Amino acid sequence: MTRYFTNEHEWIDVDGDTATVGITDYAQGQLGDIVFVEVPEEGREVSKGGEAAVVESVKAASDVYAPVTGTVTEGNAALTDDPSLVNSDPENSGWFFKLTLADKGELDGLMDEAAYKDFVASL
Amino acid sequence: MRYLPLTDTDRSEMLNVIGASSIDALFADVPEEARLTGPIHGLPHHASELAVERHMSALARQNTVAGEVPFFLGCGAYRHHVPASVDHLIQRGEFLTAYTPYQPEIAQGTLQMLFEFQTQVARLLGTDVANASMYDGSTACWEAIVMARRVTRRAKAILSSGLHPHYVSVANTMAKFTGDDVHSSLPDLSAEGDIDALIAAIDDDTSCVVVQYPDILGRIADLSDLAAACQAKKALLIAVVTEPVALGAIKSPGEMGADIVVGEGQSIGVGLQFGGPYVGLFGCKEKYVRQMPGRLCGETVDAEGKRGFVLTLSTREQHIRREKATSNICTNSGLCALAFSIHMTLLGEKGLRGLAEANHLAASAAADRLARVPGVELVTPTFFNEFTLKLSKEARPIVRELADRRILAGVSLGRLYPGVEALEKGLVVAVTETATAEDVETLATALEEVLA
Amino acid sequence: MNAINQSGWKPEMNTAEGAAPATSTGNRALMLEEALIFEIGTTETTGVDLPETPKGASRLGSLARAKPIGLPGLSEPETVRHYTRLSRQNYAIDLGLFPLGSCTMKHNPRLNERMARLPGFADIHPLQPVDTVQGALGVINELAVWLIELTGMHGVAMSPKAGAHGELCGILCIKAALEARGEGHRKVVLVPESAHGTNPATAAFAGFTVENIPATAEGRVDTEALKARLGPDVAGVMITNPNTCGLFERDLKIISDAVHEAGGYVYCDGANFNAIVGRVRPGDLGVDAMHINLHKTFSTPHGGGGPGSGPVVLSEALAPFGPLPFTARHADGHIQLVEEETVGEDHPHSFGRMTAFHGQMGMFTRALTYILSHGADGLAQVAGDAVLNANYVLRRLEGVLDAPFAKSGHCMHEALFSDDGLPAGFSTLDIAKGLIDEGFHPMTVYFPLVVHGAMLVEPTETESKAALDQFIGALGSIAERAKAGDASLKAAPHYAPRRRLDETLAARKPVLVWKEAPLAAAAE
Repeated sequence: MTRYFTNEHEWIDVDGDTATVGITDYAQGQLGDIVFVEVPEEGREVSKGGEAAVVESVKAASDVYAPVTGTVTEGNAALTDDPSLVNSDPENSGWFFKLTLADKGELDGLMDEAAYKDFVASL
Repeated sequence: MRYLPLTDTDRSEMLNVIGASSIDALFADVPEEARLTGPIHGLPHHASELAVERHMSALARQNTVAGEVPFFLGCGAYRHHVPASVDHLIQRGEFLTAYTPYQPEIAQGTLQMLFEFQTQVARLLGTDVANASMYDGSTACWEAIVMARRVTRRAKAILSSGLHPHYVSVANTMAKFTGDDVHSSLPDLSAEGDIDALIAAIDDDTSCVVVQYPDILGRIADLSDLAAACQAKKALLIAVVTEPVALGAIKSPGEMGADIVVGEGQSIGVGLQFGGPYVGLFGCKEKYVRQMPGRLCGETVDAEGKRGFVLTLSTREQHIRREKATSNICTNSGLCALAFSIHMTLLGEKGLRGLAEANHLAASAAADRLARVPGVELVTPTFFNEFTLKLSKEARPIVRELADRRILAGVSLGRLYPGVEALEKGLVVAVTETATAEDVETLATALEEVLA
Repeated sequence: MNAINQSGWKPEMNTAEGAAPATSTGNRALMLEEALIFEIGTTETTGVDLPETPKGASRLGSLARAKPIGLPGLSEPETVRHYTRLSRQNYAIDLGLFPLGSCTMKHNPRLNERMARLPGFADIHPLQPVDTVQGALGVINELAVWLIELTGMHGVAMSPKAGAHGELCGILCIKAALEARGEGHRKVVLVPESAHGTNPATAAFAGFTVENIPATAEGRVDTEALKARLGPDVAGVMITNPNTCGLFERDLKIISDAVHEAGGYVYCDGANFNAIVGRVRPGDLGVDAMHINLHKTFSTPHGGGGPGSGPVVLSEALAPFGPLPFTARHADGHIQLVEEETVGEDHPHSFGRMTAFHGQMGMFTRALTYILSHGADGLAQVAGDAVLNANYVLRRLEGVLDAPFAKSGHCMHEALFSDDGLPAGFSTLDIAKGLIDEGFHPMTVYFPLVVHGAMLVEPTETESKAALDQFIGALGSIAERAKAGDASLKAAPHYAPRRRLDETLAARKPVLVWKEAPLAAAAE
C-alpha cells in the first residue's frame, strides 16, 4: 500500500485498484472543530478535481475534491455520527471515502509523504 | 427634528475632532455632479407627530375595516381574535428593537423564543423539526420545492390544482429562472380534490408533489395514499397549510406522511395587515434538516454548563456558503414568529382545539344557512372553516355589490382566477370565531336579495 | 451628613463574607432564569376564554384529529411573565448603542408603531375589493413615489419581503431584460470581494455564475480590473454603495457607464442607502436596480430578525420587467392594483409574482410615517449626522485600533477597524465579547472579509454625542486591556445572562426542538 498527498491537503492510500481518501492532519488543524461531514454515496462517479465531499466547521464549509477519478465504493458512515474523528484521527479512522481507480496514471502527479511535508513547511 | 439627538454645538465639536469644515465636507468622495443641491422634489419639510398622524389617519379611514362589518374573507389570510397581551408583549423594546441573535450571550430571549417556536410549529405540522420561520407561506412553498430538488436531484414539481393560485404563480415565476419543471392545473368546482390525478402523475422524474390542506376551495382530503405513492417513486410530498388553526381539528400532514410541511402562520397571532408581514412555517423530516433553508436555533450549553441557545447549522446559509447557500434568505420573520408563539402559548392544546372546534362548527352552521339561499349551492361537503359556494350568477360583481352594502362576503374565484369561465360563479367563504350568527344572517339575507 | 442612612451601617464590600453567594433559584436579583414553556405549561392550561361553541354538525369526515398535539398552554399572567422575563435577556436599541455595521440599528420611532396599528391598515384583508382599500393602496402608492424621488429612479417594485428578496427581484429583472433582448447567454455576474454574502447567493440562485472583483488598497472596487472583465458574457455587476468598508464608491458612475457600454446592468445593494439618503440619488450614478431595506434606512423595527421589507427601485431600462402586483394611480385619484388579470394590457413584460398578496404593508405604513416625519430637510440631516457620528468614532479610535482605510479619506456611515496590532492570543471576538460586559452590543465582526478580523462600527444618527463618547471610552479601554494581556478578556462576557456558548456542540448534535431529555443530561 502506498500513500500519496495532494496540494489540496488530501491523502490517498492506494492498494491495487482501490484507494482510501481523507484529509491531512494539517487540513483538520486549519479547519478547527469539524461538526459535519458529507461523504459521497456508494456508486457515485467522481472525477479528479471534482467535488466529492463537504466538511464543515461551525463557521466554514469546505469542499473536498476527488484526488483521482473513480467510482465510490464506500463513504465512511462513522463520520455521520462522530465528525470529530476527523479532528482526532484524520489520517486513519477519520477517512472520508473509498473508491475504485479509473486511471492509475493519475497518481503520477501526486506527492509522497516527504514532498508533502516540505509543501506544508513552505506554506 | 425629534429623532436626532446632536445639537449644533455637538456637531461643531465633532467636526473639530475630525478636522472637517462642515458635514457637507464629509461627503467629499461623492462626485460633485452626483450631489443633490436642493431638497427632494415634492417632499415637504419635517412634520410633527400630530401632523403625520392626521395624514395617515385620513388614509386609514378610506378603508373598510374587517372588524366593523360582516366579514368572510379567507383564501390564505384569516381573521382571528388576537389576545391583547400578544401585541403588548411583541412591543416590548427588547423584542421589537433587537437584532438577529448573532451575539447569543445577550440574545437568549429571542433565541429561547425561537426554540419554543420551532418546537410548537413542528408539533403542529407533525414534522420532526421546524425552522425559525420564513417570509410567508408562498415563499416557504417555493423554498420547499427547491429543497426537494436538492434532496432528490430531480427538477419536476407537480402542484395540486387546489394550491393557492398566488403560491402557484410564485412557483411558476421562480421556475422560469431556475429551470425547474413545474406542472400546475386549475381546480374544478367539485366536491373532490385531485389526489387520484396527482398519484397517477408521479413518475421517476418527479421531485415533489405539492398539495394544500385544506385546499384553496376549503376541501380537506386524506394525504396518506398520496404520501405512499410519493415514497414509492422516491419523490417528496410537500403539504401546504394556509390556515394553521385547522390543525387543531384535523390530522396533521406530517402524521399522514408528508416529508415537508410548510405553512402561512398569519392566522395565529399576526392579524390581517393587508397581506403582510406574515410568517412562513417550515417543517420537515429530520433526515432532511441539512437541506433546509432559513435560520435554525439549537440548544447547547455555555462555558459554565448552563443551558443556552444559539443559531446553528449556519454553514447552509448565505453569509458563509455565499454562492453555494441553500437559499439567499437572510432574515426570518422574527417578530411575527414571536406573535405566533405567544398566541400559541396562550391557547395551548386545549385552547387551540377549542378555537378550531368553534371555527368549524360556526362554518358548518353558516354553510347550512347559506345553502338554503335560492341560487346558492354548497360545492364542498367536507371542510374546516372555509367552503365554496356556487352562485347562480357570476360571483365577482356580487362581492362588489355586497361590499357597497358594507358586507365583505368572501373571495370570488373570479378575483383569484380571472377569465376562467368555469370558476366565475364560485365564492369562497371563510367563517371564523369572529363572525357572529347575526353576521351570517346578514350575509344570507343580502345574498337572497342580490341573487333574486 | 447622610439623611438616608443614619444608623451607621455600612455595606461590607470586598470581604470573604460579602462575596456573591449562589442562590437557590439560580436567579440573581433582576437577572431571572426562565424555563421553557414545555417545562412550565400543560396541555390542560389555557390563557384564552373562547366564545361559546356554536351548534353545528361536524364535516371533518375521517380526518378529525385523534392524536394529541403536545402544545403546552399558560394562563395570561404566566404568559406575560414568561415573555417579559425572556425579553430581559435581550440587548436592544431601546437599551443602548447598537453599533452593528451594515445593519443600521437606529431608533425605532413609536409613532410608526401606532400608525401601523390603525385598524384601517392593520385590520383589512389583502383580497378585499379594491374600492374598499383605497387608503391602503394610497399608502403603497405614496411610499412608492417618495422612494422613486429619493433614489432618482424610474419605477419601484414594492412586493419583495426583505432585502435579500429584493436583491432577487432586481437580479430577476436583469435576467428578464437580457432574455427579452435575446441575450440570455450573458451568465456572469461580477461581485466585489467585500460584498454581502447575499449577493453571490442571490446571483447563483437565479442561475448566474459569480466572479469576484478585487478591492484596491484603499478599500474600493478596483475599477480597472472590473472594466477589464466586462464583455459579452457579463450580465451585470452587483455593487454596494457606500460599500461595506464604509467608503463611497467614487467611480460608480464611471463603472456604470462602462457596464452599460458593454451591454450589462448595474445592481446596487442598497443596504447602506441610509448614509446618502436625501443627498445623493443612485439613479444619478447610473444604477439600474437597488433594493432598499426599509428597516435600515427608514427605521422599521428589526424585531429580533425580521420581518423586513425590500422594495426595489428600477431604472427606465428595467422597470417594465418588475414583478406583480403594483399600484397605479389614475387621473381621477382611483388607485388600481395591477395583478395577473390586467397585466397583459398594462405591463406585458413583468416577470411575474414573487409572493402572495402585495408586500409588507405593515412596514410600508411605518416607513411612510418615518419619511413624512423627517421630510426632505430631516432626511438629509439623517445622512449627515450618521456620517458625522461614524467619522467621529473613526478619528477618536484610529490611534487605539488599526483602521486600515483611515487614510482613504472620510468614511461614510460606518468606521472599519481590523485586528492588526492586537497582541497574540487576542482576537476580534474577544474585543466584541468585552464590549458586552461594558453594556454595549458588539459591532459587526469578521465582515467585510477583505479585512482581517474586521470590526465594523455603525453608530447611526440617533446616538447622542454623550453616548458615542461613552462607547469610544469603552472600546478604547478594551483595546488597552488586550494590549496589556488581560486574560479576563478571553473569558468575557462575565456579566451577561450567559457565558460564551458552545456552538460546536450545537452543530455536531443538533437539538432543534424540545425533547423530554435535555441535552446536558444526554451528553453525560
